[in-house]
Amino acid sequence: MSGQNPLLEVRNLRVEFPTRRGTLVALDDVSFTISAGEVLGVVGESGAGKSMTGAAIIGLLEPPGRIAAGEIRLDGKRIDNLRYEDMRRIRGKDIGAIFQDPLTTLNPLYTVGRQLAETMTTHLPITPAEARKRAIGWLDLVGIPAAAQRIDSYPHEFSGGMRQRVVIALALCAEPRLIVADEPTTALDVSIQAQIIALLKSLAREKGTAMMLVTHDMGVIAETADRVAVMYAGRIAEIGPVRNVVKQASHPYTVGLMGSIPPLDRRVDRLAQIDGAMPRLSAIPKGCAYNPRCPKAFARCTQDRPDLLPAGATQAACWLYAEGEAGNG
Amino acid sequence: MFAFIISRILQALPVMLTVALISFAMFAYVGDPVAIMLGQDFTEAQRQALVKDLGLDQPFWVQFGTFLGNAVQGEFGLSYRLSRPVSDLIAERAPATLELAFTAAFLALLIGVPLGVYTGLYRNSWASRFFLTFSLVGVSLPTFLIGILLILVFAVWLGVLPSFGRGDTVKLGWWSTGFLTWTGIKALVLPSITLGLFQLTLIMRLVRAEMLEVLRADYIKFARARGLPNRAVHFGHALKNTLVPVITIVGLQLGAIIAFAIVTETVFQWPGMGLLFIQSVNQADIPVMAAYLLLISALFVTINLIVDLLYYAVDPRLRIGRGQGAH
Repeated sequence: MSGQNPLLEVRNLRVEFPTRRGTLVALDDVSFTISAGEVLGVVGESGAGKSMTGAAIIGLLEPPGRIAAGEIRLDGKRIDNLRYEDMRRIRGKDIGAIFQDPLTTLNPLYTVGRQLAETMTTHLPITPAEARKRAIGWLDLVGIPAAAQRIDSYPHEFSGGMRQRVVIALALCAEPRLIVADEPTTALDVSIQAQIIALLKSLAREKGTAMMLVTHDMGVIAETADRVAVMYAGRIAEIGPVRNVVKQASHPYTVGLMGSIPPLDRRVDRLAQIDGAMPRLSAIPKGCAYNPRCPKAFARCTQDRPDLLPAGATQAACWLYAEGEAGNG
Repeated sequence: MFAFIISRILQALPVMLTVALISFAMFAYVGDPVAIMLGQDFTEAQRQALVKDLGLDQPFWVQFGTFLGNAVQGEFGLSYRLSRPVSDLIAERAPATLELAFTAAFLALLIGVPLGVYTGLYRNSWASRFFLTFSLVGVSLPTFLIGILLILVFAVWLGVLPSFGRGDTVKLGWWSTGFLTWTGIKALVLPSITLGLFQLTLIMRLVRAEMLEVLRADYIKFARARGLPNRAVHFGHALKNTLVPVITIVGLQLGAIIAFAIVTETVFQWPGMGLLFIQSVNQADIPVMAAYLLLISALFVTINLIVDLLYYAVDPRLRIGRGQGAH
């Protein structure tokens, strides 16, 4: 990443939810970059802030959530402080989004062709006739059989997997440079999941589209991502090339997470698990948020919050990797 | 589609038959038409003649069959009160009621839907709170009170609008319309506001509630994520998804506006069917009441059929049998 400007740069992002009982910090000091054409996987437990990060990037945080600090840059230009109308022109055009449940993401009252055409005519200088032609092309590209006949079908006339293909076409049809895919396969049958991931991967590669792939499926990450960010309680615990994070994790949380994936090549009686549960946003412990569950915690972990530190090939937010600390760093 | 319409009409038949039976029963059980028609002085022979003349000596089912056969041909007999054919009376009065009802419904939709969308989108704004408070007044004040207050303000104090009647009307064939004269239009203002205010506030609150629900839907979030302009998201995607319940209520309310224009027509002495009905009730003018009852239920059945057809137009998921999901 040295030298060239990254496509997306998130720096010290902090998202807060003001509530009656005080302010909840949903994301705290989240920083990462995505280069052009790169796939960044984002993993973590439910509530770790994965989807929140995606929503902040596309500028659609649910109120009262708001970006309290930090910045998001696309191609070097800040996009986190744009007015709604300016950000709207970026959504769909420069940053596409794919949501979790294809059964509810498509408007039931419009044909898929109309939804595709409307997205394209909003962002591209093309006529409705040209948009319709391209819509058929996109349906074909995402693997809808007999696209020319299906273009006037309504979403309910497609199966779940087919609908997610339509959603992918919708996210890509204005040719954005970045796709934020929020658990794109979670709601699908296992047999369909692999197809959808393969489709996303090949289309992203073909079009040179970068992708932020939010999921809790480590298999999908290992298969698809170039780099992976592991999130815990609103912060990034570890980030690095996917091979290193999966095979030689540095952060004890990542180690635990990887250990809890059932191996396919041998029989195990019990799956490894991490004791305890992720803290609620209202009760994040002092110091490292993971310290109550961490087998390697020591005094400093309960006092100071670690930033991302170089740890082998990855970066980990863990005091084990601080200069002069105990451990193997 | 054609089969659907046929099946709905077949379903409507028992409803209409039941209503016809009830209307007919009024003849037998609400007062004695013979006594009403004969007045004070009559001989037994006169009475017998009239009973025979009216067919009242026939068995019940024969009488009912005759009633049905006549009703289907638009023949409801003579008004006891006015001694004129009921069908003529209703044809004379219907334009006034229908023009009033449709103007009221039009006002209610034209103002209620945009207000509902607005208060749904900007639910915390000062204007939304004002409209919601105002809508409570509309929902809770009785129609006659609103009518009387409007008369007080606009007819008595300001003197700008007439307090009763229809103004000048123009004949278009058998239809008399008030839309084509200035006094006719002025006369429509107060009654249509009175009749439409409740519907307006109801539609507004309904659209608002549906909008709040729909705006949370994933497809709205996705439409925003696709960068569609607000206008397209709010009116194209959100409003259209609120339409099915709104059409249902508006359809029922349109029936209600026509059927229950009685109060408004009484307050404004509007020469419509409602006024005719209330005068007929006062005098136990049963043929008019029976015809009115039948007409209103036919109206409700028709409106419901139209509402069902509109569902089809709005929501493709209801068009079953056209193309199956690809699994």
